[in-house]
Amino acid sequence: MVSEHHDHICWGGGHHHHTRHQLELQKVTAGYTNEPVLHDISFTAGCGSTLALIGPNGAGKSTLLNALAGLLPIWSGAILWNNSALAEHRHEIAYLPQRSEVNWQFPITVRQLVEMGRYPAVGAWEAMRPHDKEIVEKALCTLGLQDLQHRQIGALSGGQQQRCFLARALAQEAHILLLDEPFTGLDVPGTEALSQILRSLAAEGRLVIASHHDLASAPQIFDQALLLRKQLIACGPAQEVLTPENLKRTFNPA
Amino acid sequence: MNDFLQFLNEPLAQRSLWACGVIGFSNGFVSALVVLRRSALQIGTLSCALLPGIALAILLFGLFQLSILLGAVLAGLMVGLGSLFVSRTSRMEHDTALSVLHTTAFALGYIILITLGLQQKIDDWLFGNIMSMGDADLWIAYIIGALAVLSITALQRPLLITLFDPRAAATMGIPTRAFNYGIFALIILVLVSSLQAVGAFLTLGLLVAPAATMYLLTDRAAWLFWGGGLIGGLGAVAAFFLSYPLGWHLGATIIVVLGTLFLLAYLFSPKYGLLRLCRK
Repeated sequence: MVSEHHDHICWGGGHHHHTRHQLELQKVTAGYTNEPVLHDISFTAGCGSTLALIGPNGAGKSTLLNALAGLLPIWSGAILWNNSALAEHRHEIAYLPQRSEVNWQFPITVRQLVEMGRYPAVGAWEAMRPHDKEIVEKALCTLGLQDLQHRQIGALSGGQQQRCFLARALAQEAHILLLDEPFTGLDVPGTEALSQILRSLAAEGRLVIASHHDLASAPQIFDQALLLRKQLIACGPAQEVLTPENLKRTFNPA
Repeated sequence: MNDFLQFLNEPLAQRSLWACGVIGFSNGFVSALVVLRRSALQIGTLSCALLPGIALAILLFGLFQLSILLGAVLAGLMVGLGSLFVSRTSRMEHDTALSVLHTTAFALGYIILITLGLQQKIDDWLFGNIMSMGDADLWIAYIIGALAVLSITALQRPLLITLFDPRAAATMGIPTRAFNYGIFALIILVLVSSLQAVGAFLTLGLLVAPAATMYLLTDRAAWLFWGGGLIGGLGAVAAFFLSYPLGWHLGATIIVVLGTLFLLAYLFSPKYGLLRLCRK
């Protein structure tokens, strides 16, 4: 499983990597039963940025995340990563569940949770190599979880729990981080701390995509925004996209 | 006491003792899956659904060991998957559909068994009778136990990721659907192997209590399997030595011992015990 990606460090800011690492959706239509939830979605997002998916309930934010994560087959269109199908780069994607979906009583420590991120590289039977342990250590360190690593995950605060899952994504060495409503239930300092972490992860060359419901905080947290109401309303830099007119089209169309 | 020693020398007693250990261990081992999936109640209804399967199998094929086993497996699958089907094709919740289906199936099974004149046997199927286990039964228990231990141990890493975070597991390329069916199949097999020992009513205790006890003692999911197996096996063996002098029903004694161990952990667990939590 060791690939060139392990050695690849994608420090953000340069122009080259924007052409190299790019997520592109071409006319993606997807849904669950008969009626499509997502209709003809096309956009591109480069690594090194944080992208908020914004829209009313049922607009398809989670569906879009699921489609990106490969959990939901798309009906038509294409999802490309660097011009080849994203499905061929599964190890590049880390999915972070909504906090309410996690069983926090599960008997698992912070460290064991982060070690799960090494699964795609290590597989079911091999032991963790020193290299893998180093990566886990680094992920714990980056997110300030070293002192908490032997705690059971239920014994942490909301912000710390969120950081554990981010650390797992780092251990996975994923390029694309998909987060389902990561800011739900966090207090103001927690929100501030998490948005700083997301920005610094993006600055290192990752692409962070998160569904988000709080319009007021979106421009402060994310640099890109995507307005969604089954169809794409607008996508681009957050300040330009979150105009009153666009928001009206997203939330209260006439 | 001499009575008891003499009893221990009999092949019947030795077979029962082995059966207690093996069935207790494999049920305890697999109980970790039930506890981690938080599906104890569903498994409970499934275990009761085994009775009508047995009844139908006897009705159709006569009173053979193999027909009983197959009938139990089929009934478990039918009620389990059937309730899933009913809940998906109507507005019923899965639990509701499962409750209606399994009680109906249970009632039907009871009627069939009474009609067949097997009243005496019904007690054995409901509450178990380890003494009635033959060599073939013991072999089946060994094989099912070995299968459970081997498959769970070999696939423990992806299994735990699937149990904890199925969506992330799927993005990591783990075949979560196959794992879920595998878990379901393993649980049914172990249910069937313990049916003779503790019966359809009590088998749920054997398939939940051991790992539930470990759950109160450890933060390591992996220990739930081996710890649960040890608690299940040792608890069942202890129950064997208790039940004879006390004159208690063996299957029921196993469940009482395991329930007592659970209560002790609930009260005195160094980390999650009630006493510890109260003192905080």
